[in-house]
Amino acid sequence: MHFFRWTRGVGRGVSADTLGESLFRWFSTLVALGVVGVLVLIATLLFFEAEASIRVFGWSFLGGTVWNPQPPLLFGALPFVYGTLVTSALALLFGVPISLGIAIFLSELAPSWIRIPLTYVVELLAAVPSVVYGLWGIFVLAPVMRTSIEPFIQGIFGFLPIFQGTPIGLDKLSAGVILAIMIIPTISSVSREAFLAVPDSQREAALSLGATRWETTRLAVLRYARAGLFGAIILGLGRAVGETMAVTMTIGNKNVISVSLFDQGQTIASWIANNFTEAETPLELSAFIELGLVLMLMSLIINIFARLMVARVLRQGEGAA
Amino acid sequence: MKFPFNRDTRRRWIDLTMSIAAFVCVVIAIIPLGSILIEASIRGLQSLSPAVLTSTTGQGGIGNAIQGTLILILLSALVSLPVGILTGIYLAEFGKNRLGAAVRFFVEVMTQIPSMVVGIFVYSLVLELGLIGLGSPRLVFSTISGVLALSTIMVPFVARTSEEALRLVSIAVRESALALGIPRYRTILRVVVPSASSALVTGSLLGIARVAGETAPLLVTAFGNNDWFRGVDQPIESLPHTIYIWATGPYVAQNQAAWGVSLVLVLMMLGLSIASRVVIRLRSVSR
Repeated sequence: MHFFRWTRGVGRGVSADTLGESLFRWFSTLVALGVVGVLVLIATLLFFEAEASIRVFGWSFLGGTVWNPQPPLLFGALPFVYGTLVTSALALLFGVPISLGIAIFLSELAPSWIRIPLTYVVELLAAVPSVVYGLWGIFVLAPVMRTSIEPFIQGIFGFLPIFQGTPIGLDKLSAGVILAIMIIPTISSVSREAFLAVPDSQREAALSLGATRWETTRLAVLRYARAGLFGAIILGLGRAVGETMAVTMTIGNKNVISVSLFDQGQTIASWIANNFTEAETPLELSAFIELGLVLMLMSLIINIFARLMVARVLRQGEGAA
Repeated sequence: MKFPFNRDTRRRWIDLTMSIAAFVCVVIAIIPLGSILIEASIRGLQSLSPAVLTSTTGQGGIGNAIQGTLILILLSALVSLPVGILTGIYLAEFGKNRLGAAVRFFVEVMTQIPSMVVGIFVYSLVLELGLIGLGSPRLVFSTISGVLALSTIMVPFVARTSEEALRLVSIAVRESALALGIPRYRTILRVVVPSASSALVTGSLLGIARVAGETAPLLVTAFGNNDWFRGVDQPIESLPHTIYIWATGPYVAQNQAAWGVSLVLVLMMLGLSIASRVVIRLRSVSR
């Protein structure tokens, strides 16, 4: 189609403008395709580099619990996958209710003069670098967790297997809390967009039936926007899965699979960050890159799923408005 | 059934309770932000001095880390802004078809790739290129690698923000330029891009802020260096890297100093974030 337009221009005699026109168009298209090409390159290159490890270990890589850089070389990803899943789940557990509360407050309940400054402040949470969260986690959060919060939880729920052991502060629970703080701006801003996409006629209908503001929010807004909220939560999950520095600094870095949240752990990203540059053999390097590939696939699947959800809802909102 | 209040009073109480609960959520989210800013200010200011700001990390200062971060940001911006903005132009101006939709989708996916993965991608890329004779495997830990990694993160981000910026320019502006017989590409370059310039600047500033705090990809690319900048083929220090090393190190003095580095970095990020807001405000005033 574009090609024909281009040749038609040429057929009429090449003026500077038609040439400039098509040059500009093709150049920007090429650059854009080049950017997408980088994504393809990332996937292919990682796969190529991980091939040695994939060939040696196959699917047992994902189920293996040992990372043994000395002969006999044996590399397994399970402790890291486990750590990633547990910390991300904790992040959602703490982060989702708070984010939804924020989104509801900022889009439905807050008086308008306070909305803009508060929205801005919550978004500032996203501007703090991950490594600064890590520093704060080590020297502010971890001591509080160790001396007050974790003993307190243990006092009440100490019989549960997930709260066993001596609280140390640098553990899966702390990493989960840090992650929760970091995904709050993502979830709350996408949820707010989903709320804004709800047509006002929904709210007006509920209000005209005599519903209070909360009933309006619950019946007319939350129900209508639920697919968008789901997308927002999944996007937050994607952020939590890929997060590196803050988790690396607070999770305690120990390659174990333990039930207790008061025990240290390791995530895929934290293990790569700590040890990638110290890989001793080509096979170990390849195993590290396979870990990266696993992390990328996890995050891609989560994110594509979330994008599709959010896109559907926003389209719906536009259609109805 | 008997309630202490009649039904409507109860509904009003639930309404009030939920409003307060939602407000409490906002407060809970602000506590860590406030705590980080306060701790960084109090603990950080104690460890900052002119001598610290002008000496290298080898001597216990952070001058080379500030220099390194500025160099990394500047070079990444030089690579990423033209590529990102041009991609944004493609998406906004020529992207209303299937190819454009696909490009938009993949660019969006790229903004979500974990930064650690970008780091090992660039590590592998530079290593493989070095092995086939382009560059050298030694370049794996260098400023060039660091810039490649940061650019890989920054380009998709800038592309998205630029697209949104260009879409804000009203159709009427484009149509009036086209009606004067100005060709499409000149309309874009001379009319649409300048009208969107402040939004483009905002997006660029946010893109810079997005990568200025990145640490994970730099661990496996720019690596770190206790001396001043020694060339683009050498490892380079950066503020986030210094924070990581000093925060996880065994020395209390370094732990303390990490707060000072954080203060510098957070001030830089807040500055960029506020600057981007100001640009938006200036634009709305000038209209």
